[in-house]
Amino acid sequence: MTAPILRIEQLSKRFGGFVALDGVDLAVAPGERLGLIGPNGSGKSTLVNCICGTLRNEDGKVSFDGAQIDGLIAHERTRLGLARSFQLPRPFMSMTVAENIHVPLIYTVGARARHHLSAAELDQRCMELLALVALDGKARHYPRDLTQVEMRKLELARAVAAEPKLLIADEAMAGLSHSEVEDIVKLLIRLNERGITIIMIEHIMRAVMAFSQRLAVLVSGKKIADGTPDDVIKDKDVVGAYLGT
Amino acid sequence: MRTPVFVLIEIVIAVALYLAFHFFGNDYLFFAGYTVLQFIVLATAWNILGGYCGYVNFGSAGFFAIGAYTSVCLFTIGQAPEDVFPAAILPAMQAIFPLPVPVIIVIAGIMAGLVGLGTGYLTLRLRGVFFAIATLALAVVLQTLIVNWSFVGGSRGAYVIPANTVPVFGPYIQYLFALMLLLVIVALTSARLIERSSLGVGFATIRDDELAAEACGVPTLKLKLIATVLSGALMGMAGAPFPFYIGYTEPGSVFDLGYAINSIAMPMIGGTTSWAGPLIGAILLGTMQQVATVTISSAVNLLIVGLLLIGFVIVAPSGIVGLWQSWFGKRSKP
Amino acid sequence: MDFSLLMNAVIAGLLIGAFYAAVTCGISISFGMLDVVNIAHPAFIILGSYIAYIVNTHYGLDPILVSIIALPAFYALGAAVYQIFYVSFEKRGQDSLRGLAFFFGLLFVTEVFLVLVFGVDYRSVDAVYIGSSLHLGPVELPLRLLVPCTVSLVMFAGLQVFLGRTFVGRAVMAVSQDPLALRLMAVDPTRIKRIAFALSIATASLAGACLIIIQPVIPSVGRDYIGRIFAICVLGGLGSLPGTLIAALLLGVIESITATFYGPSWAPAVSFGLLLLTLAVRPSGLLGR
Repeated sequence: MTAPILRIEQLSKRFGGFVALDGVDLAVAPGERLGLIGPNGSGKSTLVNCICGTLRNEDGKVSFDGAQIDGLIAHERTRLGLARSFQLPRPFMSMTVAENIHVPLIYTVGARARHHLSAAELDQRCMELLALVALDGKARHYPRDLTQVEMRKLELARAVAAEPKLLIADEAMAGLSHSEVEDIVKLLIRLNERGITIIMIEHIMRAVMAFSQRLAVLVSGKKIADGTPDDVIKDKDVVGAYLGT
Repeated sequence: MRTPVFVLIEIVIAVALYLAFHFFGNDYLFFAGYTVLQFIVLATAWNILGGYCGYVNFGSAGFFAIGAYTSVCLFTIGQAPEDVFPAAILPAMQAIFPLPVPVIIVIAGIMAGLVGLGTGYLTLRLRGVFFAIATLALAVVLQTLIVNWSFVGGSRGAYVIPANTVPVFGPYIQYLFALMLLLVIVALTSARLIERSSLGVGFATIRDDELAAEACGVPTLKLKLIATVLSGALMGMAGAPFPFYIGYTEPGSVFDLGYAINSIAMPMIGGTTSWAGPLIGAILLGTMQQVATVTISSAVNLLIVGLLLIGFVIVAPSGIVGLWQSWFGKRSKP
Repeated sequence: MDFSLLMNAVIAGLLIGAFYAAVTCGISISFGMLDVVNIAHPAFIILGSYIAYIVNTHYGLDPILVSIIALPAFYALGAAVYQIFYVSFEKRGQDSLRGLAFFFGLLFVTEVFLVLVFGVDYRSVDAVYIGSSLHLGPVELPLRLLVPCTVSLVMFAGLQVFLGRTFVGRAVMAVSQDPLALRLMAVDPTRIKRIAFALSIATASLAGACLIIIQPVIPSVGRDYIGRIFAICVLGGLGSLPGTLIAALLLGVIESITATFYGPSWAPAVSFGLLLLTLAVRPSGLLGR
């Protein structure tokens, strides 16, 4: 593959005596759609946290866009172009939907460009992003007034507002209905077509298979498979550890 | 409302208030009013870190004291510069000292701001709870240091006797009152400016969800440090004129528990999300306490403040401003 | 350096340190395990001191005995306070600012209330053992320190046994680590937390009696202890009872040596200074999780 946009080498993370991640290697090509699956507790969210800087890994290296980012703090990584949505949506409850989108626009996009976005620019970009997720009608609402799926969309929209090169969608579809899942998958593919590399972490196999160009499987902190979706779901170890027959 | 208009309105109200008190003729209004104004500044300052960012400061008395003792220090130096400075720079120092009060206020603000920076740097990387405890620790450490520092009088205290009258203002208290009015304008304007700026947005994200804020690119540590420095500096500035106001400064009165409880109670009762909250809380509680101290006793009035704090925190967490907004519908920001 | 002076300072420090452990174990539970920042804990301790004082003065009962009799009342008080806290704050969500303000208000109101009722004169208790000491060679063990030390250690050991061996105790340890799993075992986490919090306040009753045996009290003494309690908690590592004991002993000795050689007016700064240092350098403490 051409130079990967994200490269993880021998990443390890321990919590006291518990080994959450054990020597994980992963490379993601620019523009790729990668699916990451695995049983609960396998370390997927820990991996995301380590990549994004919310947690510090003990061993191993994380490189983004060719540069090693291990020492950087979370907001610095976001400014480099790494964005994530949280598994349980974490909107800013005291701010409206639109104001939630303003935050990454001001603090990531504005900071990168080193100039203050005017109120008009902020509004315009904000509405564009909300329209992308069909939330523009609820711009003046507060997060507590949103439905589950709307909160998920807000979460994704906020991550996209940071104009990332790589987006990690952490179980964005858990608990959603069939059509809602399709909506989100379509949204993610649309975003990918704009050039954003996407890592999708999911349990819903239908969505994963529809979305991923490549699939990686994490079990008990170790990566046990990495290849095309069709190959991976037939892999003996994967079937044994996660998928079942 | 644009900021220059807001400032103009503030100045008009301040001047009107001053003139009204002046023509009333009794200096008592100035003495009592000074205390209330002091509380407005303290409450507003506390709220920048506490209400906007969600980080509780239990050590307001400490920052207040830094301001007060900077004054005592500078005043004492001013009384006898020859005791402090070496002969080489003495003539220059004798020309500068004694420093006028407004200059002392600014220096006090800088000192307090620096201490805020230091404390913040040590503790803001931890959870908000540890920061709160550290501020408590800071106040006690400062008090112990001051009690053991004889230059500012230690536990015996120090006398700061200003001039009796001042040109233009007349009695010295009226001069201090006017200075405090100025500080109130600075504090309220700063708070309002912050609220409506991107800094205010950043502060709000820290309060709501620090982890998500970082993920959105907000440099949380830097912003928290800014808030701590601003908050501490304002508190220090509020404390600087205090020795001139009270004449005899001893650690007990400066580190009075009332400052800690009031700087928390006033914003929380008034409402923490807006610059108006601390103002309302300070005026209401401050005036009530002035009345109660004279009529009942100062211990009882502190008891009432404490009970009100507990009551409001349980029943009306958004404070008076919040109650107002829910009765009259949420209006756009003033 | 006068060796016997140093040795007695260290011994006194150890004895007081054990008492500090008793004072702190309540917070180890409420803050370390339940994540409830009860900074009003010292207020409950002082309350215990004053109750011991009243009964001792009017009826002549031994203060430790009084505090044991008062245990159920303190337990009930703790349960009530937790209930209010839970309904007002924990249930509503994350706002730790309000929770902190609530407890600060409680601390404040209790202190002022005690000032109004008892005034600012120092109060102390009378008991058979106060005033005499054991002499073991050059070492002097004042009984007014030794008795509270013993009581504290017994209480501490009892708590450790409770947490490690009984079902409720283990549930308390579990609730701090995994409330969901606890719920799946048909145990109501809220009930367990309430029991634990009530227990932490009950310890304040005994600690209060010990306090007034060791030193005369006025209402503001509580505030001196906030620093000590949190310094010990943080230094020992949140939620670790053995860590609390070690840290408490350490603090007791350092304070005692400082007071003996540099004067007692520096004592308050010791604990707070230690706290600031620990927070800056090793926030997880000596034996932290």
